[in-house]
Amino acid sequence: MAVEEEIVGALAEPLKVERKSLFRADAAFKVVLGFFAFLVIVLLVWLGIELYLSSREAFANAGFWNFVKGTTWNPVSEVFGALPFIYGTLVTSFLALLIATPLGVGTAIFLAELSPKWMRKLLQPLVELLAGIPSVIYGLWGIFVLSPLMANYVEPFLQNNFGYLPFFKGYALGIGFLTASLILAIMIVPFIISVSTEVLRTVPVPLKEGMYALGATRWETLKKIALPFAKSGIFGSIILALARALGETMAVTMVIGNTPKITESLFQPGYTMAAVIANEFTEATYTSYLSALIAIAFILLLITLIVNAVARWLIWRTTMAR
Amino acid sequence: MADNNGQVRRMVLVGRDFSYWRRKISSGFFTALFSSSIIVVLLPLVLIVGYLFYKGAASVNMNFFLHRPAPVGEAGGGMANAIIGSVYVVGIAALIGIPIGLFGGIFLGEFPHTKFSNVVRFVADVLNGTPSIVMGVFAYTVVVLPMKSFSVLAGGFALGVMMMPTVLRTTDEILQTVPTSIREASLALGVPYWRTVLSVVLRSAKSGIITGILLAGARVLGETAPLLFTSFNNAFFSYSLTQPISTLPVQIFNYAISPYRDWHRQAWAGALVLVLAILIVNLGMRAFSRQKYEHSA
Repeated sequence: MAVEEEIVGALAEPLKVERKSLFRADAAFKVVLGFFAFLVIVLLVWLGIELYLSSREAFANAGFWNFVKGTTWNPVSEVFGALPFIYGTLVTSFLALLIATPLGVGTAIFLAELSPKWMRKLLQPLVELLAGIPSVIYGLWGIFVLSPLMANYVEPFLQNNFGYLPFFKGYALGIGFLTASLILAIMIVPFIISVSTEVLRTVPVPLKEGMYALGATRWETLKKIALPFAKSGIFGSIILALARALGETMAVTMVIGNTPKITESLFQPGYTMAAVIANEFTEATYTSYLSALIAIAFILLLITLIVNAVARWLIWRTTMAR
Repeated sequence: MADNNGQVRRMVLVGRDFSYWRRKISSGFFTALFSSSIIVVLLPLVLIVGYLFYKGAASVNMNFFLHRPAPVGEAGGGMANAIIGSVYVVGIAALIGIPIGLFGGIFLGEFPHTKFSNVVRFVADVLNGTPSIVMGVFAYTVVVLPMKSFSVLAGGFALGVMMMPTVLRTTDEILQTVPTSIREASLALGVPYWRTVLSVVLRSAKSGIITGILLAGARVLGETAPLLFTSFNNAFFSYSLTQPISTLPVQIFNYAISPYRDWHRQAWAGALVLVLAILIVNLGMRAFSRQKYEHSA
């Protein structure tokens, strides 16, 4: 009895020590990894604080709401109002969504539900390639190819047929809200497609098979089963695309005309928040000018944070529910 | 009996005769509609890539790769300094973005269902959607203002911050696909957990992680907005970390909005080279990871 205990004890003793140090090594390992993961949170907080601190001067000079509501942007007389940029960003982004949503969702339905497997394998990389083309190249193409097309064909056509609408008044310049929105639409469509396709593919196959077994057509199965199931995820993908559109810089800067004016005509040049930062940042010669630009970046950050958070929440809700 | 069957069939047919075809036609209509939307979506891709070759191909020559920009009005000149600059800045970005993204991603992949992991994942996704220009402003206030100079370092910081969440999320997702049985096998052999992760789990996920890193690199390679006021621009060859440097996307932008025809030509050439570089990384990685995948499967 005593001997047995002694043997067990002798065996356990070194084992215990080793296991303890092992656990310690594992615990340290986990802590180190966790620290790196934590840095991501630190980064977001740091980003927010840094931009807030640098934009305080602009908010202090004009007052937060006056800065947001101000319609005049005149660095020469040191008057800074951000409304024309906020207006331009919202108009171009929503117009882009209006164009991109039906196309994106339609394509996603095609890829997820209708196309044969080999076709999906061929087409999906092409859609991803569309997302991979740098913004500046969309802009280059926008200036030299799309803009003349708009000025010579699309905008005169709209004006001749729908000229009584306030959106289609004024000269057809080919540079302005409409061209910017179109470029944006092309750029955000891949985001809608890839996320929506993924969400649609989480729809349980037995549900669809059940519907087909009842004699439903493809469209009925889509309408009654797949779309309701994926609804909030698809909605999330659209909002995700909205976040991209809100922050898109180069392509918009190159085709929107860079004029801080609020007009209802989509043919007129405008300006966006991202574009004014890109254009004027290196020209900001005194601190309150720089601070005003950083304040615009801060507002842009806030808007995209909220929009992104909503989008992610919607997408997670669908894909996790499976 | 047979008579009876025929009667039943007739009744069914009569009952749905009118609606059956209507349903068929509406289904066909929507199928056609959705199928045609892919054509509209891919049309711009064809147009853009087509124009890049049409306008750019003629100007991509040895001069382009070997020389720095020539002054206006002078023939020749290229983007050699911008190409080097792009590689340089993305290299610095990788040094900043990869370690944090990789180790953080390992944490998420290994402890996927803790509350902390979910929060980090959420924050990473939100950071991923933050506009690149905002990251540029961030890098400006954090690096350029204290150093009082545009620099490679500032550009690298901006792009590195953008790479981090991408690398983190791909590492996370790939580690989650590594089967638990592999970890258990290693642990059962008495290998400590940290060793299991580093030599067994990571090794089996290696190709996926490398793919993720290269794709993140290809993505920031094309970024322009965060570099405009961080790494800025430089007409000369420069190798200093603390000096401004020319990069391919910024150079394309500057040439595109210039009034000179010769610079426009150069911009198209630069755009073609940039897109091809990104395309090669993308396609190459796709082929590489598929081959790996099929091999292991």
